[in-house]
Amino acid sequence: MSANEFYALKVNGVVHHVSDAWIGESLLYVLRERLGLPGSKGACEQGECGSCTVFIDGAAVCSCLVMAASAVESEIATVEGLNSDGTLTDVQEAFVTEGAVQCGFCTPGLVMAVHHLLDENQTPTELEVKEALSGNICRCTGYGRIFAAVDKVVAVRKGARS
Amino acid sequence: MPVHIPHTIAEATALLADHPDATILNGGTDLMVEVNFNHRRPESVLLLRNVPQLSQWSIDAAAGTITIGAGVPYSAMEKGEIAAAVPALAQAARTVGSPQIRAAGTMGGNLGTCSPAGDTLPVLSALEATIHLASTSGERTVTFNEFMVGPKRNIKQSNEIITAITMPITNNRQGYSKVGVRNAMVISVASACFAIVGNSPRLAMGSVGPTILRATAAEKFLTEASPDLSNISDDVAREFGRIASTEARPIDDHRSTAAYRSHAIGILAARLAQRGTSS
Repeated sequence: MSANEFYALKVNGVVHHVSDAWIGESLLYVLRERLGLPGSKGACEQGECGSCTVFIDGAAVCSCLVMAASAVESEIATVEGLNSDGTLTDVQEAFVTEGAVQCGFCTPGLVMAVHHLLDENQTPTELEVKEALSGNICRCTGYGRIFAAVDKVVAVRKGARS
Repeated sequence: MPVHIPHTIAEATALLADHPDATILNGGTDLMVEVNFNHRRPESVLLLRNVPQLSQWSIDAAAGTITIGAGVPYSAMEKGEIAAAVPALAQAARTVGSPQIRAAGTMGGNLGTCSPAGDTLPVLSALEATIHLASTSGERTVTFNEFMVGPKRNIKQSNEIITAITMPITNNRQGYSKVGVRNAMVISVASACFAIVGNSPRLAMGSVGPTILRATAAEKFLTEASPDLSNISDDVAREFGRIASTEARPIDDHRSTAAYRSHAIGILAARLAQRGTSS
């Protein structure tokens, strides 16, 4: 087993160099442990919980299932990069005001999934919201407050458009 | 650089010829689970995700077929033209994992892993899809039913990559259904694809045998019992399901029991036979 991989990843528009890595390391591991980006959470390590959701070339995927060294030609976006100035996005704001954050572990992944959903579909139906968030597990809220947060963002964005 | 990243099929097959031990990676949704849990320690990897040709699909109207690149993600099959051409495939794709898994996972991966629970595989069996394989020696095609020979076993040679899958556009009724312990993020306990190809009903069953199984006795029964496949009686559908369940060869495992699987596959078969009809 070689532990001497050197490669570069483009995360949130910034090129990061990775050295002395093992080929099998997941993107989640590299983000958290090598690049100092712990926003993406690791729980199941098998793509079931969604807490590690990131965007790879615009697609929302589980970073635990991405081999980091295979993402060298991709644009990676993490929860840290949503608003680079450190302010909250409208989705994050709605999670706070609607009480969608309890223990908070699933929140970064859910925020990414909600952003991805609403970027593709400005007015999702209830079923579309549930299906879009079906890959993000929350054990605290029962999802009601999360759906309320999505509704809030949809309403606010709709108001801003009209 | 142990992650080899080709950009053409020719580059990919040449790299595989030079590195025959390389682990083939596309979406990663199967492989990385094994790596994360230390069940596999790849030393070198051949990444196919950055080969644009593998992510393309096309319809041949004259031949009445659709060819889907092995690297097209499930999310691209759920709606749009692929879904219109192969509705059962769209239904199967929509049941895979979660949106995050569907954005990454591919049919090439489903075929490479070749699990009896692979969600798209019953569709490929029922439609008698053709699998395209490429190596430095050239290209060849095999039917899906020749391709899969056992649980996680197929006839792909170690120097070959799966490049595409061709299916007929049947312009007739077809559907896919599966049973699992919940609605999302679930591996099937039993799955089935029903399709009418030409005038023949076909039923392929997943998760109830070592490979995807065609229920040929049930198909024969339905052909004889219901010449009008757009109007299948409840009794005929029930008998169709009963015969199909006798053709299943399920086992007990951590996901379910053989007895439940036999029951469930019969129900799925009967429902699919009538789905979309006024029966």
